[in-house]
Amino acid sequence: MATTTLRTSPEVCGMGHSMKRKEDPRFIRGQGHYVDDIKLPGMLHMDIVRSPYAHAKILAIHTEKALAIPGVLAVITGETLKTYGLHWMPTLMSDTQMVLPVEKVMYQSQEVAAVIATDRYTAADGVDAVEVEYEPLPVVVDPRKALEPGAPVLRTDKEGKTDNHIWHWETGDRAATEKAFAEAEVKVKQDIYIPRIHVASIETCGCVADFNKTDTHLTVYMTTQAPHAIRTVIALVAGHVGLSEEKIRVVSPDLGGGFGGKVPVYPGYVIAIAASVVIGKPIKWVEDRMENLQADSFARDYHMTAELAAKKDGTMTALRITTLADHGYADAAANPSKYPAGLFSICTGSYDIKTAFTEMDAAYTNKPPGGVAYRCSFRVTEAVHAIERVTDVLAQELKMDPAELRFKNFIPADKFPYKSALGWEYDSGNYKAALEKAMAGVGYAELRKEQAEKRAKGELMGIGICSFTEIVGAGPSREFDILGIKMFDSAEIRIHPTGKAIARFGTKSQGQGHETTYAQIVAEELGIPAAHIQVEEGDTDTAPYGLGTYASRSTPTAGAAAAVAARKIRDKAKKIAAYLLEVSEDDLVWEVGKFSVKGAPQKSKTIQELAFAAYTNHPPGMEAGLEAVDYYDPPNLTFPFGSYICVVDIDRGTGEVKVRRFLAIDDCGNIINPMIVDGQIHGGLSMGLAPALFEEISYDENGNNSAGSFMDYLVPTAMETPSWETGKTVTPCPHHPLGAKGVGESATVGAPPAIVNAVVDALSHLGVRHIEIPMTPEKVWNILKEKGVAE
Amino acid sequence: MAQHQIKVKINGTDHKAEVESRLLLVHLLRETLSMTGTHIGCDTTHCGACTVLLDGVPVKSCTVLAVQADGREVKTVEGLEQDGKLHAIQNGFHQEHGLQCGFCTPGMMITSSALLASNPDPSEAQIRQAISGNLCRCTGYVNIIKSVQHAAAALRQPAEAVAK
Repeated sequence: MATTTLRTSPEVCGMGHSMKRKEDPRFIRGQGHYVDDIKLPGMLHMDIVRSPYAHAKILAIHTEKALAIPGVLAVITGETLKTYGLHWMPTLMSDTQMVLPVEKVMYQSQEVAAVIATDRYTAADGVDAVEVEYEPLPVVVDPRKALEPGAPVLRTDKEGKTDNHIWHWETGDRAATEKAFAEAEVKVKQDIYIPRIHVASIETCGCVADFNKTDTHLTVYMTTQAPHAIRTVIALVAGHVGLSEEKIRVVSPDLGGGFGGKVPVYPGYVIAIAASVVIGKPIKWVEDRMENLQADSFARDYHMTAELAAKKDGTMTALRITTLADHGYADAAANPSKYPAGLFSICTGSYDIKTAFTEMDAAYTNKPPGGVAYRCSFRVTEAVHAIERVTDVLAQELKMDPAELRFKNFIPADKFPYKSALGWEYDSGNYKAALEKAMAGVGYAELRKEQAEKRAKGELMGIGICSFTEIVGAGPSREFDILGIKMFDSAEIRIHPTGKAIARFGTKSQGQGHETTYAQIVAEELGIPAAHIQVEEGDTDTAPYGLGTYASRSTPTAGAAAAVAARKIRDKAKKIAAYLLEVSEDDLVWEVGKFSVKGAPQKSKTIQELAFAAYTNHPPGMEAGLEAVDYYDPPNLTFPFGSYICVVDIDRGTGEVKVRRFLAIDDCGNIINPMIVDGQIHGGLSMGLAPALFEEISYDENGNNSAGSFMDYLVPTAMETPSWETGKTVTPCPHHPLGAKGVGESATVGAPPAIVNAVVDALSHLGVRHIEIPMTPEKVWNILKEKGVAE
Repeated sequence: MAQHQIKVKINGTDHKAEVESRLLLVHLLRETLSMTGTHIGCDTTHCGACTVLLDGVPVKSCTVLAVQADGREVKTVEGLEQDGKLHAIQNGFHQEHGLQCGFCTPGMMITSSALLASNPDPSEAQIRQAISGNLCRCTGYVNIIKSVQHAAAALRQPAEAVAK
């Protein structure tokens, strides 16, 4: 089946309709409401002094000249915050990080002090006038060197800490894997580095903190993907200075993209809140792009070694991956508490590998803290890159076609639910169908023929495949929590007397179109037109508690909650219908939008009539009203998958990689809105193309950021981005009430290995086995030169 | 810092303001005049979220001084809709799902509207070239290009209908 069955009319617009987005009218008129658009009476502006050094002692901070500037009201330093016990804060991974330093700075662009002024220009003047005396310290940028004996110990704040090792994590059967490798007929091993990258949402991060000294009420308008969790974190971290959760309101207004970068709590937010509490006026802080790229959470930075064992016929027998994770100066990764390496253990991928083992060590370096998603479910991109790359390395070793090798090892469709060697229960899948569809779509056999002809003429053309399996929708409360808060999510639906509805959620859209898709889910379940369902998110005073939007979790959790809450409403509506029609509930049948009497379809009540009756003529003994709330605890994660095929041509003169075609076949189960799903895939593919070919944040030996603005951090434009082609297979999720799976990140996960596999494929006859990303023209040209084929 | 009296026509309305020499046009719009449809994404003229038309030509208002707009005409996203009727480019973005988070959208639409004013029937390559100074992180540009094509077709329609 390639499409989701339509059960509702275009007027009702339930699941499967490409409904035009309800959020568009304000955005196309420039009437979106983003954090920087907020202006409150008496509002002050904050700007931040940042460190030019990656590691240095702070000898003195001179604030006099700044304070002498008319309009500069205060300069906040670590010492200021120390008096309130707010100069350090916990990270999501139970590490600690500085809000403002007292003794030393640990990375370039770290926050050193904050200037509060009447407007943003004056605040910037104040930043220029603050003079800081530093004493540079030895810098550690390479995590391998960080773990060598004798390396300078960075976290001197941790009593008794004698090295830069953060944690060791492992899973799988080490002994069985060693045995499988010892007995293997064929073995391949590949070092793979996934460099640091940055989500670079076009809106940077910021907030307006508004503390009312009279009623001690704090409102924070904030660029956050998880407003409820933030409220609780503020209450836990700043409870001792009088902030109490019932008097904290976090509002996440329209967000200009998130991609995981708006999950963490950055020091700037905390300083702005502290400043508002002390001064008693609203404080606005909005970072600029340089601050965003240089100080906010990075993604990736995994040094991996992936090994596959196989039989001569290509049957994979064991997988082993060893990783060194560079976390910067603090482990501020945004992972579920029990998963320091996120969901990396999805690394057996789409293949029936019986034996596997993976282990990881994490190190401190003089770089910004982080470890956020960059549009992927917790570390899944790294895992998929490893397995999909090493699979191609094995194909090359065996001189097998990479498609044939994949077909040979795919988990068969009849083996689901499938328990992977590293412990996951894959809910559903049909990997063979997706790859077959992708191969048919691009004309795989013809492309191979063309490639052979081109090779004979000395032209470089490559075809790359990636057949990924994702793991999204965290998650079941038995395993998944953030700071102890279980990773359910929520929906609250209220049906008004006239049959219209408002629905509120614990998640927060950043462009995904929740106002439309959630309305479609309610429309699907109740038959109320989606146009008549108002969706709200992001205000902790009104929305039910939830953990927010990231890791493709909104549809698997809050989307499911919407369906379940709507069904609770339908159950009550059924009782009202039975009362009004004077029949037993068992005599009623539901069809879209109404209950009718079995055998007498002319006797019926529409959902609108039942809504009105719920407030005007409800059965004796029944509570009035028609509303429900659901906190949905998913029984399992969802496992979307897909097969991508990329065709590249390489310019022998410049080393430029040109993506000629890219076809993405995705399977995210039943689809709520095909138009929006395709939009998500297009965006995800572009954020897969970006690190594959362009984006990297690297550091020199002194810890200087080499890509600290859009001058050097190369977000792809319309010129470099190909015309993406998409297609679908539909394998419904067996445990989700709507049969749906997450989809927002599939393409970011699946695209990079497809592109790398294509480029390596173009050069494989020259003996090239692997290329690290980003595959810049310079990098590729140097390979061509080494192989003697550069023009 | 020196102050300057400037007069700028914005979306057809004259505005007078006293501004510092260093005030950027984008801040004149957003801070002084509270027209927040024009966004700021990078400060270095790369992302194009702040694109406005200055005398009909797209400029990045984060690197134009307010005093440079003195005596000139500015058009922002707020000026696209006329008499309660959406500009074809606005409708195109809505119909073809050319926006997701909406942050790059005003600049993207302004740039595209300038393209269509000078080239009513642009090729895909010409559209890509025209919007290459506007970054979008959500859409992968595919549907933005369709949106511009949708608008181009709608704008051409009356003329083509007359020709027939």
